[in-house]
Amino acid sequence: MATSARPEQKLQPWNDPQAVPYIAIERVTKKFGDFTAVNDVSLKIYKRELFCLLGGSGCGKTTLLRMLAGFEEPSSGKILIDGVDMAGIPPYERPVNMMFQSYALFPHMTVEQNVAFGLKQDRLPKDEINDRVAKMLGQVKLSQFGKRKPHQLSGGQRQRVALARSLVKQPKLLLLDEPLGALDKKLREHTQFELVNLQEQLGVTFVVVTHDQEEAMTLSSRIGVMNLGEIVQVGTPKDIYEYPNSKFVAEFIGNVNMFQGRMIEDLPDRVRIESAELGGTIFVDHGVSSAPDAILSAAVRPEKIIISIDKPPQEDNVARGVVKEIAYMGDMSVYLVQLDSGKVIRITQPNAYRHADDLITWDQAVYVHWHPSSPVVLSE
Amino acid sequence: MSARAEGPRGQRHSAGAQLVLRVLQQLPPYRWTQARLVKWGVTGRSAVIAIPYFWLLLFFLIPFLIVLKIAFAQQLNDSPPYSALFELIDGGRSQGWILDAKLYLRGFISLFTEDLYWQAYVNSVKISFISTICCLLVGYPIAYAIARSTTTWRNILLMMVILPFWTSFLLRVYAWIGILKNNGLINNFLMWTGLIDEPIVMLQTDFAIYVGIVYSYLPFMILPLYSNLEKMDLTLLEAAADLGCKPIKAFLKVTLPLSLPGVIAGSMLVFIPVIGEFVIPELLGPSDTLMIGKQLWRVFFTGRDWPMAAAVAVALLLFLVVPIVLLQRAQGAELKGAHR
Repeated sequence: MATSARPEQKLQPWNDPQAVPYIAIERVTKKFGDFTAVNDVSLKIYKRELFCLLGGSGCGKTTLLRMLAGFEEPSSGKILIDGVDMAGIPPYERPVNMMFQSYALFPHMTVEQNVAFGLKQDRLPKDEINDRVAKMLGQVKLSQFGKRKPHQLSGGQRQRVALARSLVKQPKLLLLDEPLGALDKKLREHTQFELVNLQEQLGVTFVVVTHDQEEAMTLSSRIGVMNLGEIVQVGTPKDIYEYPNSKFVAEFIGNVNMFQGRMIEDLPDRVRIESAELGGTIFVDHGVSSAPDAILSAAVRPEKIIISIDKPPQEDNVARGVVKEIAYMGDMSVYLVQLDSGKVIRITQPNAYRHADDLITWDQAVYVHWHPSSPVVLSE
Repeated sequence: MSARAEGPRGQRHSAGAQLVLRVLQQLPPYRWTQARLVKWGVTGRSAVIAIPYFWLLLFFLIPFLIVLKIAFAQQLNDSPPYSALFELIDGGRSQGWILDAKLYLRGFISLFTEDLYWQAYVNSVKISFISTICCLLVGYPIAYAIARSTTTWRNILLMMVILPFWTSFLLRVYAWIGILKNNGLINNFLMWTGLIDEPIVMLQTDFAIYVGIVYSYLPFMILPLYSNLEKMDLTLLEAAADLGCKPIKAFLKVTLPLSLPGVIAGSMLVFIPVIGEFVIPELLGPSDTLMIGKQLWRVFFTGRDWPMAAAVAVALLLFLVVPIVLLQRAQGAELKGAHR
């Protein structure tokens, strides 16, 4: 597979061959009848990580999470948590807690009783239960709501009760199924940071399932992108965004402009691709492992493309086009530019100056260009 | 112009109906009637709501008032066999017309003074209570199993619960005589296997009454329980398991408390009608069974004492108001819970 080379990263557990993974998923497959929900997934997750499983609906991410919690047994393969094989261990004996997408709060219990439920199962002394519940409710800022029933709370408050209930047992591993899915945008952003802070404070390993790529980017130490039951790429948010290993990942995470073309120059430290879609050549300042004359795609993120009225002084990575649409988003503007080849590309520019966009208007002829380090080269 | 026209609220009428409506609305009687009705506070909505109230008035409140009137009358050897409550008497020149009202309290006083009546009430409550508990113990597992089975099975099982209603209630109770009697189905089978030499006396015992009641009223317990258990969110049980709760404890801590409205509704649907039950104790029970339904029948038909029978019936009704109110509370709570 053709992938752009990555720069050196700082030392992190997943790059340390000596590090022992906290969760080891080894070639796990889950079938429901004829349908394969999870297909031969292997994954290592390390202590104190905030790992996101990201994918569209039906990609198998929730099934994988439910296998960690013990609600589903793998059809084949092994799951080890802290070195212990989880096969045959029921959910109520696993050192794992889960926060459900629907929150699954007990409607007949107060907030306090909900949070205390897990501790009562461990037969802890009453005083200790009360102390820990009070402390936990303080941490999620719900102290004054302890006597309320779940239906008397707002969505955000219920989300925090669910979080408190799953954290109060001090699990080594917390599983979160779309934890912020039911919240509105403002609250979601706010809660994202709270969740990260809480995770750092408590030192718990989080595995989060989400379909929201923005959420995954903000929260996680690493992301596992899933598609059709398989893990297609694992990496830090930056890795995934800047160095997607496939067209699927590039298109799933953020927006991207794809230019198909044929490799015409293949050197260890640079590549040139001739692309009819661009109507020119794409020059990439890093090597690509691929056969000569291969058909490749160069992916360029919208924010890495510069739009200008004057012709830029370069031969590669440049094209001429006409502005078809401008969407003003406040912090930035989105331009849809139709190139001479007919392809429409997406460009975003920050609105650094108040009237910067006055220069470029609809139906204006413009030039687009980018730096040779910007494209990521992907094979078909 | 199109063949269809938009009605005033967006509903579509065919062109013909639209024309008829428009003409009707222009006619004076239509507008006059509508104006009157609106003036009296009669709208479409209140008219619809009035139907059940009218029904209750006609078939519950008025008959109840008639029974109440009879309860305060005197027994007569006449037709009808009770005295009138009010009489208009000509008191002659000195007194003029007199409205003479006589309320005989004998019926209600007998309820308290004669042991037979209050014993019958107590015994009815006892039988009703034990039957309700038995129905609950038998019905809960059945309702639970139906609610947790696959959709295809669920429909078949529900059908089987409802199926007995297709036969007459009386026939079904009669069938139990054939099953329970000394040379009936059970005894013949047990004697054929050699487990017993003598037939076990089951018919005309309290046991037979309980069998009959539990059999007849079980669907009334199962159906509300099923509808409650079926809509329970199963992720709650997963959450309980996730928090370290074993399945049996999760049932006791989560499923059972959440099904309480269903338990109450089902119990009331069994308890209330069984208190007044007459057919089952009469056909299956011992002849000396004291139940208020049987007592009522005896006083009314054998004794021809209509006022006394009416007093028994009124007392029974008042007696049942308490559980009925409880039932409505429970249903109200369930409705509220559904809006969470």
